[in-house]
Amino acid sequence: MQDVPTTWFLLLGAILFTIGAVGVLVRRNILVMLMCIELMMNAVNLTFVALGRELGSLTGQVVVFFTIVVAAVEVTVGLAILIELNRLYQTADVDEVAGLKG
Amino acid sequence: MLHSIWLVIAAPLAGVLLNGLLGRHLGRAFVGLVGVGSVGVSFVVGALALIELGALPAAERSIGVGMWDWITIGSLQVGMTLRADALSLWMVLVVSGVSLLIHLYSVGYMGHEDERMFARFFAYLNLFVASMLLLVLADNYLLLYAGWELVGVCSYLLIGFWFHKGDEEQAPVVLVDGSQVAVPPNLNPPDSGKKAFIVTRFGDFGFALGVFLIWSTFGTLNFTDVFAAAPQVPTATITAITLLLFMGAIGKSAQLPLSVWLPDAMAGPTPVSALIHAATMVTAGVYMVARNHVLYDLAPTSSLVVAIVGAVTALYAATIALVQVDLKRVLAYSTISQLGYMFLAVGVGAYAAGMFHLTTHAFFKALLFLAAGSVMHALHDVIDIRRMGGLRRKMPVTWLTFLVGALALAGFPLTAGFFSKDEILLKAFEFSPWLWAVGLLTALVTALYTFRALIVAFWGQPRDWPLYEKAHESPPIMTAPLAILAILALLGGLLGLPIVFGVPNWLSEWLAPIFAAHAPAEKHMLSVTTEWLLLGISAAVALVGIALAYWLYAQRGDITARLTVTLRPIFVLLINKYYLDDIYNAVFARGGQRLAALLAQGLDKAAIDGIVDGGARLFVRGGAWLTQFEDGHIPHYALGMFVGALVLVAYLVLR
Amino acid sequence: MMTEQLYFPLLSLLIGLPALVALLLALLPRERHDLLRGVALGGTLVVFGLSLLVWFLFRPGAAGFQFEEDMLWVAGLGIHYHLGVDGISLPLVVLTTLLMVLAVLSSWRAIQEGVKAYLVLMLLLETGMLGVFLALDLFLFYVFWEGSLIPMALLIGRWGSERRVYAAIKFLLFTLAGSVLMLVAAIVLYLWGGNTSDLPQLLRTLPGQLPFALQSWLFIAFAIAFAVKVPLFPLHTWLPAAHVEAPTAGSVILAGVLLKMGAYGYLRFCIPLFPEVVPYAVPWLSILALIGIIYGSLVALAQEDIKSLVAYSSVAHMGFIVLGIFALNSQAMAGAVLQMVNHGLSTGGLFLLVGVLYERLHTRRMSDFGGMWARVPIFGSFFIIAALSSAGLPGMNGFVGEFTILLGTFHVNIAYAAVASFGIVLAAWYLLTAVRRTLFGPARQGNGSLTDMTAREILVMLPIVILFFVIGLFPNWFFEKINPAVEVLAVQSPAPQVHVQLGK
Repeated sequence: MQDVPTTWFLLLGAILFTIGAVGVLVRRNILVMLMCIELMMNAVNLTFVALGRELGSLTGQVVVFFTIVVAAVEVTVGLAILIELNRLYQTADVDEVAGLKG
Repeated sequence: MLHSIWLVIAAPLAGVLLNGLLGRHLGRAFVGLVGVGSVGVSFVVGALALIELGALPAAERSIGVGMWDWITIGSLQVGMTLRADALSLWMVLVVSGVSLLIHLYSVGYMGHEDERMFARFFAYLNLFVASMLLLVLADNYLLLYAGWELVGVCSYLLIGFWFHKGDEEQAPVVLVDGSQVAVPPNLNPPDSGKKAFIVTRFGDFGFALGVFLIWSTFGTLNFTDVFAAAPQVPTATITAITLLLFMGAIGKSAQLPLSVWLPDAMAGPTPVSALIHAATMVTAGVYMVARNHVLYDLAPTSSLVVAIVGAVTALYAATIALVQVDLKRVLAYSTISQLGYMFLAVGVGAYAAGMFHLTTHAFFKALLFLAAGSVMHALHDVIDIRRMGGLRRKMPVTWLTFLVGALALAGFPLTAGFFSKDEILLKAFEFSPWLWAVGLLTALVTALYTFRALIVAFWGQPRDWPLYEKAHESPPIMTAPLAILAILALLGGLLGLPIVFGVPNWLSEWLAPIFAAHAPAEKHMLSVTTEWLLLGISAAVALVGIALAYWLYAQRGDITARLTVTLRPIFVLLINKYYLDDIYNAVFARGGQRLAALLAQGLDKAAIDGIVDGGARLFVRGGAWLTQFEDGHIPHYALGMFVGALVLVAYLVLR
Repeated sequence: MMTEQLYFPLLSLLIGLPALVALLLALLPRERHDLLRGVALGGTLVVFGLSLLVWFLFRPGAAGFQFEEDMLWVAGLGIHYHLGVDGISLPLVVLTTLLMVLAVLSSWRAIQEGVKAYLVLMLLLETGMLGVFLALDLFLFYVFWEGSLIPMALLIGRWGSERRVYAAIKFLLFTLAGSVLMLVAAIVLYLWGGNTSDLPQLLRTLPGQLPFALQSWLFIAFAIAFAVKVPLFPLHTWLPAAHVEAPTAGSVILAGVLLKMGAYGYLRFCIPLFPEVVPYAVPWLSILALIGIIYGSLVALAQEDIKSLVAYSSVAHMGFIVLGIFALNSQAMAGAVLQMVNHGLSTGGLFLLVGVLYERLHTRRMSDFGGMWARVPIFGSFFIIAALSSAGLPGMNGFVGEFTILLGTFHVNIAYAAVASFGIVLAAWYLLTAVRRTLFGPARQGNGSLTDMTAREILVMLPIVILFFVIGLFPNWFFEKINPAVEVLAVQSPAPQVHVQLGK
C-alpha cells in the first residue's frame, strides 16, 4: 500500500486553514466564525501530525493533544461569550456589536 | 575689659532679645531702660577697654579675642574673633556714645507709639548698635561683611518702621503771605526701606567679590594675615581687591553713583536718621577703607579713585542740598557731602584725618538731626522749611543747639567741624591742589546751604500761623542729649588740634600705631606759613558762606527770588537731583520689572511651558488619531491580526 | 569594616518605621481624625528621634559610610540591600524627619477630608525619601526614588487646589521621564560593573572599565534625571505648577526634601561614578545653574501668586546648590550640602507661612494682602525672619551656605561667582517685594477677621527659626560632619595656598 505523500496533507492543511481564515474575516455570524476558527485549528493539527510522521518525531503529535485540549477550552469559553452576547444584544451578528470601540 | 570686649556686642543683643520677644508686655519705661541701659553698658565697657588699651605700650595695642570657630572647611578657617585695637575701640566709643544719646532721645521722641511698636523700635535700635559694633570689632573680612549686611537690614527695618504708611498726597498749605505751597507727598517708608536695602546690596555685591578675591589670593580672611602678606601680592590684584571693597563702601556710605537711597531713608523716624543715616552706619565705608589702609596704600590707583569719588560726591550732594525744602533732606544731602570729605581724606592717605572728621561729624550731624526731630515733634511731623520761620522764639534750646550744629557743619572757626575739615583740606592740598579746590568750593556751598536752612526755619517771621501757634519746646529727655551733643560739637575739635597750634594732635597720635605702622614715608611737609594760610582760607570761606546765606535769605529775599528765575535751568537740575533717581528708576527698577514680566510671561509661560504642554497635547492628539482604528468590530481586528501574521511570515520567508 | 553599630539595623528601622506606622494607620478607623493625626505625629516624632540618634552617634571627621547594612537582596542578580549614611546624606536625613514632623503638625486643621489616606501617604512618602538618601545600591535607590514619587503625586492630585490634577500629572510625567533614563543607565552600569548594582562595589570595579563615550552617555542620563528633580532650567516648569497646587505640607516636603534628591544624586552618583566626564560637564551644568539663579529670581519678581514666587525662588536657590556642587572644591561642596538643609528650612518655612495665610484668606494673590503686619504681628515677624534667612542674612543659615558656595566657586571661576553673587542682589529684591506687598503698606479692607498664628502654628515655625540661627552661628556643628564626605569628592581643585601661617 502506497503511502499518501506528506505534501498532500500539507496542501489539505493549507486549504482548510485558508477556508477558515477567510471565513473568520468575511462571515458576520459569530457562531460561524467560531466554527471557522475550529477549522483553522484543525488545519494546524493536521499539519503537525503530517510533519511529525514525516520527521519520525512524536513531538508533533504531542503538540496536537495540547491543541485539542486548548480548542475544547476555547470552544467552551467562546460559546459562553456567544450566549452572553446574544443575551445582551439579541443578535449573533458581529457588525452590530462594537463595545470595544475606542 | 579688653578680653571681655564681646560684652560690647552681647549687651545690646540681650536688649534685642528682651525687647523683641517680651517688650510689649514690659511697659514703656522698662523697655526704654533696657534699650538705653544695654547701650550704656556697651559704652562703659568700651571706654574701660580703651583706657586699658591706652595703658599698654603702643606696639602691643592690638588684642584678638576669639569666641568660637565659625566656619571651618578645609583651608577656609573663619573665627568669631574680635580685634580690639586703637581704631576699633575708638569706633566703639563713637558708635556707642552717640547711640546712647540717641537712644535716650528716642524714649521721648517715640513716646506716642503704642507699646508694641515702642518695644520693636528699641529692639531694632539695639540690633543696629550690636551689628555696627560687630562691624568695627571684626577681626576678619567675613565678620566685617556680616556686620556690614546686618546694619543694612537694621537700616531697612528702621527706615520702613512705619510700615503701614503708604503714599500720602497732601493738600497745599496757604502761608501767611498768601502764597500757596504744594506739599510734596510723604516719602513712603516701606518702599524707601526696600530701596535702601537693594541699592546698598548692589554695593555689597562688589564687596563680597572683594572678599572672595582676598581668600583666593591670600588663603585667609584674617586682617592681620592679609596685611602681612599683602606686599608680596601683585599690585593689580590689590587694586582689584580694594576697588571691589570700595564698591561696598560706595553703597553703604551713599557715594556716587549709589547715593540715591540715603535721602529717601529720611522716611524713617528721625532718631534713626540721626543714628544710622548720619552718625554711624554710613561711616562704615570710611571705617572699612581706614581699616584696610595697608591695602589702599599699596594700590595708589584705588586710593585715587576713592579720593576723586569722595570729592565729586561732596560737591554734588552739597549743591543739591542748596535747593531742598525738606529740612531732613537738606541734612541727608549734607551727610552724603560730608562722607565725601571723609573719603577724600582716606583717599589721599590721611586716615587719621578721615577718622577725625568721622568723629566730629557724628557729633554735629546727630545733633542736627535730633534738633530737626525736635522741630518735627513740635510741628506734628511737618518738615517743610517753607512752613516754618521764627521758630527760635518758640524753641530756644532746639534753636541754640541747631545753631551750634550748623556752625560746626559750616566749619565756623574753632568748632569741631572746622578743625576736622581743615585737616582734610590740608592733606588734600598736599596731595593735589585740584582736590583741595573742590573741597574748598564744597565748604563754601556747605556754609551756604546750612545757614539757608537755619535762617529759613528759625529766623524771620512765622510763615504758617496755625502751625507756629502749636509749636512747643520738646521735653528734657529730648533736649538733654541735644545739649550734650552741642557741647561735643563745639569742643570735639580738641581731639585733634592742628599741629601749627603747637599742641599734640591727640586723635592722630592715638591712631598712629595703626596708621603709621604701614604708612609710606611722608612725601613733603608743608611749611608752617602755608598751613596757617590754608587754615585762614578755610575759616574765611566758612564765614563768607554764612554771611552770604544771611544776606540772601534773611536780608534780601528779593534777590533770592530773582536768582531763582534767572538761574532757573540750574534750579530745575538741582531740584531733580541731577535726574539720577529718575534714570535709575527707569533703567533698573522699571526696566527690571519689565524684563521680569517678559521672562515670566513670554519665556516661561509661553515658550518653555508651551513646549511642555504642546508636547503633551501632541501625544493626546496622536492617541485620538489612533483610536479611530479601534472601531470595536471584531472582523477588523481579525483582519489586522491576519495581515500582521502575513507580514511576519513574509519577513521570515523572504529574509 | 565591622563595627558594633552593624548589629543594630538603625537605618532599616529609620526607613521601615514610617511604613509600619502607615500600616497601623491603615488599620485604624477612618473617622477618628484626631487619633489618626496623633498616631502619625507620634510616628514621625519617633522617626525624628531615631534620626537624631544617628546624628549624634555619627562619628565626625571620618570619611566613608557609617551604620552600614549590607545583604544580598535579589541573590541571583547581585542586587544588594545596602544602606549607609555619610556626611552628605546625614543632614538630609535629619532634615527630612524634622520636616515630616512639622508637615504632619501643619496639616492638623488644613486637611479635613480623607485624613487617613493623607497621613498614610505622608508616611509612605517619608519611607521613600529616607530610602533615597540611605540606599547604596543603584536599584534599591531607584525603587525608593520612584516610590517617593507616587505618594507625592497623589498628595498633590487629591488634596491640592484648583488645577491639582494637571499639576500632579505634570509632576509625575516630568520625573518619570527623567528617571526612565536613569534606569537605563543603571542597567548599563550593572552590566559593565560585573553584574552588581552595589555602589561601593561599582566604585571599586568600574574605574578604567567604561569607554569614555559610554561614560558620557550614562552621565547625561543620570544628569537629566537629577536635573528634572533639582530642577535645572529649562526643566523646571513642573515645579511652580506642583508647588502652587500642592497642599501646604506637600509644598514643604516638595521644596524641603524632594528637590534635594536631585542635588544629592549628583553628589552620590554622577561625580564619583563618572570622574572622567565631570570636568567636561562642569561648564554646562554650571551655566544652567547660573541661568536658573538669574532667571528664577527675575521670574519670581514678576509673580503675583505668592506661592509661585516662593517656587521660582527655589529654582534660583537650587541653582546655587548645583553651582556649588560642580565647583568641585570642598568649600563650595560643603556649602552646597549645608545649603540644601538651609533651603529646606527657609523655603519650607516660607511655604508653611503662606499656608497659614491661605487657610485664613483662601487666596494667594499678593494684591489681596497688604498691611498685614499690623493685623497679625507674630505672623509678620516670622515671615520677615524667614524671608531674610532666604535672602542670606548673616547670622542666619542662608548666609553661611551661600557664602561658602560662592567663595569656593570664585576660586574656580570668577565669572560664575560674579553672576551668582548678583543673584543675591536679585534675591533681596524679590523677597523684599514679597514682604512689602504682603505685610507692609496700608491695611486692606476685608481682611478684618484675620487672626494671628495659633499656638500650634507657632510651634511648627519655632524649630525652623531656631535652626536658622543655630546653623548661622554654629555651622561647624554641621561642617564637621559634612567635610570628610565632600573632601573625598573634591580632588580636582586644590584650595588656595595659604600664604601666611594662621595664628598669633
